[in-house]
Amino acid sequence: MNEQPSLLDELPGELMIWVLIISELLVFGAGLAAFLAVRLTDPIGFAEAQDHLHRTGAALNTIVLVTSGFLAAKALHWREVAQRAKARFALISAAALGVVFLIIKGMEYADKAALGIGPETNAFFTFYYLLTGFHAAHVVAGIVILLLVTWKDDPRNIETGAQFWHMVDLVWVILFPVVYLLG
Amino acid sequence: MKYKSQKIALVYFAVALGLFAIQVLGGLLAGWIYVSPNFVSELLPFNIVRMLHTNSLIVWLLLGFFGAAYFLIPEESEREIHSEKIAYLQLAILVIGTLGVVVTYVFNLFEGHWLLGKEGREFIEQPKWVKAGIVVAALLFLYNVTMTVLQGKKTAITNILLLGLWGLALCFLFAFYNPENLALDKMYWWYVVHLWVEGVWELIMASILAYLMLKLTGVDREVVEKWLYVIVAAALFSGILGTGHHYYWIGTPGYWQWIGSIFSSLEIVPFFAMMAFAFVMVWKGRRDHPNKAALLWSLGCGTLAFFGAGVWGFLHTLHGVNYYSHGTQITAAHGHLAFYGAYVCLNLAIISYALPILRNRDPYNQVLNMVSFWLMSSGMVFMTFVLTFAGTIQTHLQRVMGEYFMDVQDQVALFFWMRFGAGVIVVIGALLFIYAMAVPRKEIIETGSEAPAE
Repeated sequence: MNEQPSLLDELPGELMIWVLIISELLVFGAGLAAFLAVRLTDPIGFAEAQDHLHRTGAALNTIVLVTSGFLAAKALHWREVAQRAKARFALISAAALGVVFLIIKGMEYADKAALGIGPETNAFFTFYYLLTGFHAAHVVAGIVILLLVTWKDDPRNIETGAQFWHMVDLVWVILFPVVYLLG
Repeated sequence: MKYKSQKIALVYFAVALGLFAIQVLGGLLAGWIYVSPNFVSELLPFNIVRMLHTNSLIVWLLLGFFGAAYFLIPEESEREIHSEKIAYLQLAILVIGTLGVVVTYVFNLFEGHWLLGKEGREFIEQPKWVKAGIVVAALLFLYNVTMTVLQGKKTAITNILLLGLWGLALCFLFAFYNPENLALDKMYWWYVVHLWVEGVWELIMASILAYLMLKLTGVDREVVEKWLYVIVAAALFSGILGTGHHYYWIGTPGYWQWIGSIFSSLEIVPFFAMMAFAFVMVWKGRRDHPNKAALLWSLGCGTLAFFGAGVWGFLHTLHGVNYYSHGTQITAAHGHLAFYGAYVCLNLAIISYALPILRNRDPYNQVLNMVSFWLMSSGMVFMTFVLTFAGTIQTHLQRVMGEYFMDVQDQVALFFWMRFGAGVIVVIGALLFIYAMAVPRKEIIETGSEAPAE
């Protein structure tokens, strides 16, 4: 069929990863919107609950994750200029930083558990656990994907992996101010 | 018909249509009991009529899916079905199981018996021996079609179809697990019910629709496959955790309210995509296929599924809304148009496409068939509207004003009368469809100008 090239063809990378990224952003976006809506009904309770969160740890985690995203982006660049070893090293480092993120996050969860705080404690913590829990699950998936594309290091694979990882990054960068900082 | 073994589909479709007739007649009876509650109440209590209505629906839809698979897999894989014998054995098991179910329900035989009695979980009431039969039949089927596909050509359509059919069989296994704890019972029950209709069945639906679009519009396979993957991804992404919208009030933790609300809101996306897919393919298509009836059902399927499953589902999927509307006639409205639009129309589409080929009657326009589409669809849409009105009033009177259930039922009686009228139209349409499929021999209004097939 002699068709005009569709707009979709201009997307970098695979179509399916964009379908996933948009779906994920819709879910996290809806989750954050619901969080903000419920917050309106109890601003004082939410502010009080928010004070239990470990803001410094989360800020540190932001730096960890953004650095990791940077490494994933560099990996694609290096792979494209045929510096395979360097690219692989960058991907493994990115995945390692993902693990660091999870450790810091795990310490935060452990701290909450020690205080007897769980997802059923109140509305704020329901959202806190849902949003950060879902995000952490994506970090786990992202680490696996980064390791997979380290192994099968075709540039297109690395691009897809990096796209997924940036999505995880992006979600955290939005989630962090809304859940931890918004006063 | 390119392959001899496609003929298997004919018997499956015939049995499916027979059950379809029983299903709509059962529905009509149930609709009459709504307006005249004591009608046959001793002979055939309402709960039994309802069971027959829903169970026969599910069984005929499944038979339709199996028939569709037997019809399209040989063409896609470019080889005969692995074993015709197994296919007929599978059908025999399913028919015996179905008869067993009907007899057990109607005469309430072996009540309470662990193996022979009905089990009393909505939609999966079948006695254990029938459930076991279903599993055996499913295994025979999966073995048969999987062998065919493995030895033949693999296409996106057959891959997705098989993924859906395997998922269907695996999810059914949860029907055997019935914990004492009522909350857990419901939780696993939805693994069957929800993960079927809002999960794996959508894969089956998308792949059959893709096959029909490929044949009817002549759009390139590559384009069809791209849509198919997007639809399937959207269906699984939203549908699996969308199960949460059934976990609001059954005793599961509160966070399900948010997981369910958010993910199930997105369930509208695959249905929108399927509707868009069908229309875009028709606009893009170069082929003017003479089987207009199959095309009409396919487009109707996409459209009514979008409204019935997508829009009407979204109407009451948010937990804040569902808190009030749960289990009212709004659910019934959604259930009817969703099943009709998504799965009834889909099955009738593939049957409309396949039967003329199977019976060496193509090309013919099937005008009667198209009349039946409009009768059935308008009846069903009208029914959906009146049930929605009834449900809205019911929600207000019962859940907001706190009136008693039976008092409210009396106040919405007018809508139940209109629903019965709509039901009559649907039944006439359904019987006309069956007649149109079974009887007329030649009927060509316009031949259509067929571009060469891909």
